[in-house]
Amino acid sequence: MTALAALIRRDIRIALRIGGGALIGVLFFLAVVVLMPFALGPDLALLARLGPAILWLGALLASLLTLDRLFTADHDDGSLDLIAMSRTPLELACAAKALAHWLAAGLPLIVATPALGLLLNLDARATGAVALTLLAGTPALTFTGMIGAALAVTMHRGGLLLAVLVLPLSIPVLIFGVAASQAAITEPLAFGAPFSILCALSLVSFVVGPLAAGASLRHGLD
Amino acid sequence: MTLIDLANPSKFLTLTARMLPWLAGATAILLALGLYQSAMAPDDYQQGATVKIMFIHVPNAWLSMFVWSVMSVAALGTLVWRHPLADVAAKAAAPIGAVFTFLALVTGSLWGRPMWGTYWEWDARMTSVLILFLMYLGLIALWRAVEDPSRAARAAAVLTLVGAINIPIIKFSVDWWNTLHQPASVLRLGGSALDSAFLVPLLVMAVAFSLLFVTLLMAAMRNEILRRRVRGLQMLQASQSLPGAAELRESAAT
Repeated sequence: MTALAALIRRDIRIALRIGGGALIGVLFFLAVVVLMPFALGPDLALLARLGPAILWLGALLASLLTLDRLFTADHDDGSLDLIAMSRTPLELACAAKALAHWLAAGLPLIVATPALGLLLNLDARATGAVALTLLAGTPALTFTGMIGAALAVTMHRGGLLLAVLVLPLSIPVLIFGVAASQAAITEPLAFGAPFSILCALSLVSFVVGPLAAGASLRHGLD
Repeated sequence: MTLIDLANPSKFLTLTARMLPWLAGATAILLALGLYQSAMAPDDYQQGATVKIMFIHVPNAWLSMFVWSVMSVAALGTLVWRHPLADVAAKAAAPIGAVFTFLALVTGSLWGRPMWGTYWEWDARMTSVLILFLMYLGLIALWRAVEDPSRAARAAAVLTLVGAINIPIIKFSVDWWNTLHQPASVLRLGGSALDSAFLVPLLVMAVAFSLLFVTLLMAAMRNEILRRRVRGLQMLQASQSLPGAAELRESAAT
């Protein structure tokens, strides 16, 4: 347990200190959201209607951008081999790394959401709904994305392939995340059903992600 | 002849060399019979002659899911039992499955235009099949990205098993989400909803397409085995042409 806690602490510290890795994601999120009014036109009513979808797309792309860092740096300096050889099960180590990655890169995105919602003319209720669905959904993005990161790290220059492999897997999360936040804004639709499915997707990814990532690392590193 | 004997690629090659002409012949006969029956099938009272697209569309759609299921079993064979032919089968099946999925999408789109008035609708079944197509392409890209076949096999096996979660979602998407695509009508509780005039040609076509898949898979697996042999010979040749390679090989052998 202490080994996993140490791993989490180390990963968060690296993400926050070196190269501002965590904040790059937020900066990218901001850039995506700022681009939207240029593409769609500055119609505030339209932006408010599309707001949840824009925020979800931005968060999805931002979390995809930072996924590459999940294993690559550790693979380059050799610490991934040490983690794989250590006595803690590789699956648990993967889960710990993903948790640290989500705390360092996913949580800042959710914290940034209210400010970005302001830019998109979302009211407080809609912003809260989007932030809540992101809180429930981004762990699923990280934990399924980890599978792609683990597959990509075992091959040379797998960065571009990572996006191709991960995006189809993240579509269900996107669908139910946007559905739940839209339902919270437009009254008659039920918020509970899509939100429960979103939470279920996260829970499934907590099991499937570490297992698949551990398997592909174990087979890929030898 | 047991499953263990098939693990020997040479035995597999001799066996499939004997089987392939029969498989190909049976496929051709059944395809001809199925196509004839499909052409002779009566027009639907609502859809007219366009209903005949079904005889091509539905088998393709079934096989797009079936091929991924076969690949999932092969992935288990790679990861759990280390069966030497499992990854050959998985690699050979991926492009075939991608083509079936693509044909299902295209024929569905051509059928949708006269029936629903649109080539494409973001409906649950079509969207999930499109995602399946993207996953086939990603899987093929993964196979191509890793040079060493056995490492590529294990990476692809993990991705195949993760993607297998999608198959039941596609299968039941028409029942869970009530959208444009019609619900399941052939395999369902309480018997088929299709009239036998349509059901018989459809089933013949389904068997014919399944046989087509097996034939293509066998041929592709033979190619893959031969390709790996060529690669092995090339590696051997390259290692022999290196100066000092003989000592290296001796030290590796001991």
